[in-house]
Amino acid sequence: MLSRTADHLFWMSRYTERAENTARLLDVNYQTSLLPQSAEVAQMGWQGLLSISELLPSYQARHGDITPQRVMEFMVKDENNPSSIISCLRAARENARAVRGSLTTEVWETQNQTWLELNRMLKGGEFERDPGQFFEWVKFRSHLSRGVTVGTMLMDEALHFMRLGTFLERADNTARLVDVKFHAVAHDFFGQNQSQSSGAGQVQVKDQDHDFYHWSAILRSVSGFEIYRKVYRDVIQPERVAELLILRADMPRSLHACLNEVVNNIAMVSDDHAIDSYRRAGKLRAEMEFGRIEEILANGLHAYLTQFLDRVNEIGASISREFLVPN
Amino acid sequence: MHKFDEMYAQLPYIDSAVRPHYRNYLDWLKRQDPQTMRDRREEAEMIFRRVGITFAVYGDKDEDGSGTERLIPFDLIPRIIPAHEWKDMQKGLVQRVTALNRFIHDVYHDQEILKAGLIPSEQVLNNAQFRPEMMGVDVPNGVYSHISGVDIVRAPNAAGEGEYYVLEDNLRVPSGVSYMLEDRKMMMRLFPELFSQHRVAPVAHYPDLLLETLRASGPSTTDNPTVVVLTPGMYNSAYFEHAFLAQQMGVELVEGQDLFVKDNFLYMRTTRGPKRVDVIYRRVDDDFLDPKVFRATSTLGCAGLMDVYRAGHVSICNAVGTGIADDKSIYPYVPQMIEFYLGEKPILNNVPTFQCRKKDDLAYTLANLDKLVVKEVHGAGGYGMLVGPAATKAEIEEFRQVLIAKPDGYISQPTLSLSSSPTYVESGIAPRHIDLRPFVLSGKSVQMVPGGLTRVALKEGSLVVNSSQGGGTKDTWILEV
Repeated sequence: MLSRTADHLFWMSRYTERAENTARLLDVNYQTSLLPQSAEVAQMGWQGLLSISELLPSYQARHGDITPQRVMEFMVKDENNPSSIISCLRAARENARAVRGSLTTEVWETQNQTWLELNRMLKGGEFERDPGQFFEWVKFRSHLSRGVTVGTMLMDEALHFMRLGTFLERADNTARLVDVKFHAVAHDFFGQNQSQSSGAGQVQVKDQDHDFYHWSAILRSVSGFEIYRKVYRDVIQPERVAELLILRADMPRSLHACLNEVVNNIAMVSDDHAIDSYRRAGKLRAEMEFGRIEEILANGLHAYLTQFLDRVNEIGASISREFLVPN
Repeated sequence: MHKFDEMYAQLPYIDSAVRPHYRNYLDWLKRQDPQTMRDRREEAEMIFRRVGITFAVYGDKDEDGSGTERLIPFDLIPRIIPAHEWKDMQKGLVQRVTALNRFIHDVYHDQEILKAGLIPSEQVLNNAQFRPEMMGVDVPNGVYSHISGVDIVRAPNAAGEGEYYVLEDNLRVPSGVSYMLEDRKMMMRLFPELFSQHRVAPVAHYPDLLLETLRASGPSTTDNPTVVVLTPGMYNSAYFEHAFLAQQMGVELVEGQDLFVKDNFLYMRTTRGPKRVDVIYRRVDDDFLDPKVFRATSTLGCAGLMDVYRAGHVSICNAVGTGIADDKSIYPYVPQMIEFYLGEKPILNNVPTFQCRKKDDLAYTLANLDKLVVKEVHGAGGYGMLVGPAATKAEIEEFRQVLIAKPDGYISQPTLSLSSSPTYVESGIAPRHIDLRPFVLSGKSVQMVPGGLTRVALKEGSLVVNSSQGGGTKDTWILEV
């Protein structure tokens, strides 16, 4: 298939996945903000959200103080913010439009409908009326988009490049989410020397009740709350949350599960196993497969995730170079 | 002047005057509840939007955030042509397109028609649409215009009877066929019962015929040609159609950046390395095809393409240089071409045309600007024209100056009283002017699907049907009665 076509398909999926994860992140913050908590803790939550998306400077330049409402608006409907939900869904739809002939009618119409509907909802004030409902809608459009892709596309390269985009993006997004949420609590808990790596945004939280809500919120943001209970049959402990989201291959949003899909889909589009993208992805996958959460935590979770993000980024660059349209 | 309507023999509408091939349909229409029809119109619009059947209007901004994408209004009332009329029209189209292809071949080879003095040489050789790069180049089957979109109107002749006239031959990159196909799909979806009550000739096999035509036009270097559709990209006004046709034919939709030339062959960049391309169905104008030969700044084409083409290693459909035959200054000579090349009498009429390059014709035109339609010879899309009877005094005077300054650039024609068809408008159903664009495919043989795209001028009294000027479309039925 055309490299440019593959490129559009890859990015179409990445942007759809990114919109979903942004909605998940906003939703968990929004839900948390409905619980009784100090203003400071709430503030930290929103600030952390901006900093994992690397958007703190551009937010502050435009809006100054952090308020929940302004952060949500910035992340949902600000067209000047390239990571906002509206920007991601626009980019997804533009990429789809560029290759609509390579998509099934159902896949294209789903993308197009999502875009038209989004504009209608934002104009009609539906987001402001019920943010929770809106985030749920974004998540479900993404589910639908993935489902209609798997359910209708021929299982050829086009599908593999789309899947590749989905899981590479999800690996990146899950890693960021884990990073910020673990960062926001007692930083001496994980690793000894990482406190100076943080910026603002850390609060000592000792309160047991709050801990429970904090961890369960993280789990909920990746639809992992019930999964945690099912897998561990125990109270919620941070090490296990980390293990579930990083190392469990059967947890669909974990880093390990994402890497499995990345490796498998690269193998589907190339018979050459010496290529750089395959080698890098395979190596990272092997580390997930044979890694132990204790080792990761001993060296510091933040350092680990920072390195993980760099490597995911390199895999993306290799895929572009070897298959797509390098910029 | 006598006015023709397709459904009724006279205006204003009286049910007793319905023409026979519309009788069944009118009976059906009268049984429909107006509210149901309104709902259907909304449903059609919603579906078109969801499917994304849109076109871009250059320089316009849409309010709902979807950029410059617009829907082309779709009218629920079909335009019906009785099968016997279509049969004649089809013969006329085959004849006309065959002669036009012969003419283009002749112009780029021996120029017999110029030697015979039927067309003044300078009018061909000094024409901006004449491509000297094509001299002596042989194309497969001698076919230049593989896809021709011939615009036809029905209007009264001298005796006051309705007759078909060719308004223009579009031989470069005619568009609109996707609307023909989507309009039919929409009608069948909205009103399935109509199709069980009428014997409407199907059109859905067009992409098949097109692919057959393109494959039959492949270069001699291969028996199994790889076909691609070349688009300027998603911001082009007809992008939907490019993507649609590529998908329907199951071929790649490429942009200039996907192509490159190596060792005098053309390749596209794929995820598994370079792949050779044999036939390009290009939806890009000549000027943009090859920056080494034509417009140097173009990024829409591929550098070196013309060398590959002239070597016979790739086919370009339509061929480079077809514009010489559909230029409005050449149009008046088409009936002579038919007689010259085929030795036949033209079946389809031309509209009487005054060539402003001639002194007498210019004088006549200037004296009758308020009655004539004046067109730019290289113009298209309804731009750069004056419709005298609909123009203000100021517009006419402005045009007069343009015309005097550059008479060579214009032709004029009497304002035809285009036939109308009942159409849904704000106030209900009212007559609106229409035309017809059949799509004629020339490969090893000349073929077409029955009918074509009917465009309708939605503004009251307007004769301009172009979508860029507020025109809509209708489903077109060739009907066995």
